[in-house]
Amino acid sequence: MTLNTPPIDWFGLSPVLTLIGTGFAALLCAVLVPRAARRLVTTGISIAGFTAGIVLAVWLYVDTPDGHTIAAGAYYRDRWTSLGQIIIFAVGLATTLLAAEHMPGWSRDSDPGRRDDHVAEFFALLLASAAGMAFFVGSANLITLFLSLEWFSIALYVMCAIDYDLEGSLEAGLKYLIVGSFGAATLLFGSALVYGATGTVSFGGIADAIAAKGLTGDTFVVVGIALMIAGLGFKMSAAPFHMWTPDVYEGAPTTVTAWMSSATKVAALLLTFRVMTTAFPENQHLWGWAFAIIATISLAIGNFAALVQQNVKRILAYSAIAQAGFMLIGLSTGSALGARALMFYLIPYSAAAFGSFAIIAARERELGVPVTLDNLAGFGWERPFLGVAMWFFVFGFAGLPLTGGFVGKFYVFAAAYDHGWVWLVIVGVLATLVSLYYYLAIVRAMYMRPSEELQMLPGGGVAVSGGAPARERLLHLAVGAALVVAVGSLFAVQPLIDLAEHAASSLPL
Amino acid sequence: MNASALTSILIWLPIAGAILIWLLPLSRYATGALALLISFAEVGFWIKQAAHFNFSQSGLQMSEQANWFGDLGVSYHVGVYGFSLWLVGLTVVGMAACASYGFWVGRDRARAYFGLMLFLTGATVGVFEAQDLLLFYAFFEAMLIPLYILIGVWGGARRVEATVKFVIYTMAGSLLMLAAIVAYGLQAGTFDLVDGPTSTSRWLFLGFMVAFVIKAPLFPFHGWLPDAYREAPPEVAAILSGVIAKAGLYGMLRIAITKFPEPTSFYRTAVLALAAAALVYGSLLAFRSPDFRGVVAYSSLAQAGLIALGLFAGTNLGFDGAVLQMVAHGLISISLFLIAGAVERRTTTGEFRLLGGMARGRPALATLLMTVGVISLAVPGSAAFAGEFLILGGVFQRAWWWAVIGAGAIVLAAMYMLRLISAVLHEARGSTVTNEALDLRPGELALIVPLVAGLLFLSAWPASISNHSFSGPSPTASVRSQFK
Repeated sequence: MTLNTPPIDWFGLSPVLTLIGTGFAALLCAVLVPRAARRLVTTGISIAGFTAGIVLAVWLYVDTPDGHTIAAGAYYRDRWTSLGQIIIFAVGLATTLLAAEHMPGWSRDSDPGRRDDHVAEFFALLLASAAGMAFFVGSANLITLFLSLEWFSIALYVMCAIDYDLEGSLEAGLKYLIVGSFGAATLLFGSALVYGATGTVSFGGIADAIAAKGLTGDTFVVVGIALMIAGLGFKMSAAPFHMWTPDVYEGAPTTVTAWMSSATKVAALLLTFRVMTTAFPENQHLWGWAFAIIATISLAIGNFAALVQQNVKRILAYSAIAQAGFMLIGLSTGSALGARALMFYLIPYSAAAFGSFAIIAARERELGVPVTLDNLAGFGWERPFLGVAMWFFVFGFAGLPLTGGFVGKFYVFAAAYDHGWVWLVIVGVLATLVSLYYYLAIVRAMYMRPSEELQMLPGGGVAVSGGAPARERLLHLAVGAALVVAVGSLFAVQPLIDLAEHAASSLPL
Repeated sequence: MNASALTSILIWLPIAGAILIWLLPLSRYATGALALLISFAEVGFWIKQAAHFNFSQSGLQMSEQANWFGDLGVSYHVGVYGFSLWLVGLTVVGMAACASYGFWVGRDRARAYFGLMLFLTGATVGVFEAQDLLLFYAFFEAMLIPLYILIGVWGGARRVEATVKFVIYTMAGSLLMLAAIVAYGLQAGTFDLVDGPTSTSRWLFLGFMVAFVIKAPLFPFHGWLPDAYREAPPEVAAILSGVIAKAGLYGMLRIAITKFPEPTSFYRTAVLALAAAALVYGSLLAFRSPDFRGVVAYSSLAQAGLIALGLFAGTNLGFDGAVLQMVAHGLISISLFLIAGAVERRTTTGEFRLLGGMARGRPALATLLMTVGVISLAVPGSAAFAGEFLILGGVFQRAWWWAVIGAGAIVLAAMYMLRLISAVLHEARGSTVTNEALDLRPGELALIVPLVAGLLFLSAWPASISNHSFSGPSPTASVRSQFK
């Protein structure tokens, strides 16, 4: 008996393979490279991996004007995949810079002998999770969808718990593991129902089967879609599937939070849009409404819950839930305009989400305690660059015309209006108004607190005891790059929209 | 240099200057000097723009257009009409005076302060020059950010509540405007203000108007006003009432009235009633107000009502008068707030019961305050008289009782302004007025005298604005043709 192996388009898979390869290389460094050089070498490997990934993804984007599946229909080689990968890898590169000077978490810093304990493992996990997300956005059937979801999720579970001296980090990892597994199981169950009804796992095949057999109202299909939406909703942290988000974002090392809040969301939203439009175009009325309602709930819960938070990471976590709501407005329309809106929104969003958590990481490193609105006081005057960057990011989240977030919001509103959903525009507008209050609170905390209220060093963190804060050049570089992307996307809208339009043209809209 | 380039230069020069100031580690003195240089260069560029402007030609002038995002029909489109030219002039002159005031009093954190002032200049000029709805909105919102920080960092003791109230109020209005912009633009297929068609949708009209009546503000949307004007540093309060509030009134003229002729006439009586209410209510509160800034703040509310009366009268006289009054009141209220700042610096208070008798031995202060005050209460022959007369004439043509209400309010204006003058300058010497409270210094005179000179010029020749705001003899015809 001969086993027929399908022809594999290795070039089409090259961004994912590169990341896997560099991930293994980083892991090997944990045993082969002496401790003194480990940080330098693994950082270099990570930078090289993400850079190569970006180059290959750009190459594939240019080289693939017409999308198609490769590897026996398991993976899409098209511009939607490539553009998503470019965003994810860019965030990965920035995360590498953020982690390079300072391992996630600050608890081990007091003990120089243990500082570099897990630097190699961390970068290996970062590269592996990026590879998983890169495969996830391109997955073309229910099997690869589930496998890649688990692939990057498992890496993220470990990354959340990597600062295991801290109870919060361990708790975050465990919580994410349990809730995430529940979400994955839901997704798997939904996939099984869809497969049972249609007899195929490939997205295109499911759409054909639903159309051919008239399964639009079939119970298995409808319940299957509902369960898949719930499962994917966990990953994109949309309400009511969001309950893990604030705890995990708060407990995880801030570097990991920065990575999760931007890259995971990019992967989950892009993939969801692809699954829904490719596999279930006949059921658009169904999932369109479902996502519109999820968007509304996310906007309401995210914004109102953020109002009462004191911990800045929790504020940003709830803000991430609300931002998912805005992007889901674009997603729920299922239109070409909605696709462009979603893709465009993700670019400034991922930059601002990463950047804002990176800045919180900087404050955390200098204080040695969790960052709250109280101990953020005066930060804007002490670290002018980071302060200015922070107000650009949060005002951008609020949709003020300082970053591309403004244009992104305009686009999702336009998509909703174009779809005939004026009510959703109104919901978005009201949500923006509420969100303003806590975004302003962050800026207020940084700049407008009288100096006698400054609470310096309640914990007496080691990082600051030497006087001036550490000069974290790479962190500044990463924040600066995020700032350039966020602000640049306000001005260079047309080129980015063209990219998004070409990417969306590979979807069956 | 191409004259059209001036339009963009006026917007981007101060914003580039702001970024430069944030990036360069200059000393406080050098930072202030650089910011003033840029502010005065703005005034120079505006004079050049005005010199190139052809007042007899209709349509948009010195326009520039570039693609922003084409798939929805949004572009970077800027240009000026006669009336916007005057408001740009008010902005650059007012901002130069206020930035100079900030330099004179030596605001701390100079780089942040002057950068924000310049950023605010660029954004405000952008509002008056933008000819694309989304661009207009972007500048309209962009004004809010520097104002928020300027009030929140350099403001008085209750600044935090003041900023929260101010931002939430204005954003509530402008977000509804964003929804209206999305709906209008997608229906029309373009966001261009020049090419865009008129609309008959009353909802969209209301969406726009909410933003403008909050910004102006009109009764009962003025809840943010007293706190913001009292807690802001005096020069920022001056900009707020002199310049920023005019953006709301400008929006009524450029967008609400022009693009929505049918809803405008449908809601005309309602808006006129709100405007009249703002006029009377603002005047009464100004008369009751216990402090200098309160009087000026509430008189701004009254004046916004008066200008809105002129705009929504929908007559030739009303439009001409409204534009003239926007500029005249802008100069008046900037001067008054700067004088209020000078008084507060000398006495630590603006409360009338602690002030008084400052005229003795302080001739410059007394002369300037008297001059501005008298112009402000619309003494015949003054710029404000010309503006108010035209507005009342215009609104009289609509219905006589509006003019009666307006004329009554002018009497109230005389009452509150004379009360202010006598409480500060005359009466018994206040407990906080010591001999150390000197007369205005040359630096302060250098800021305020040019503003007052501008007012005197407008008093001598009000037609320089009222006859040069709309091309052709009939403003109503230009509005109807959407200024084409």
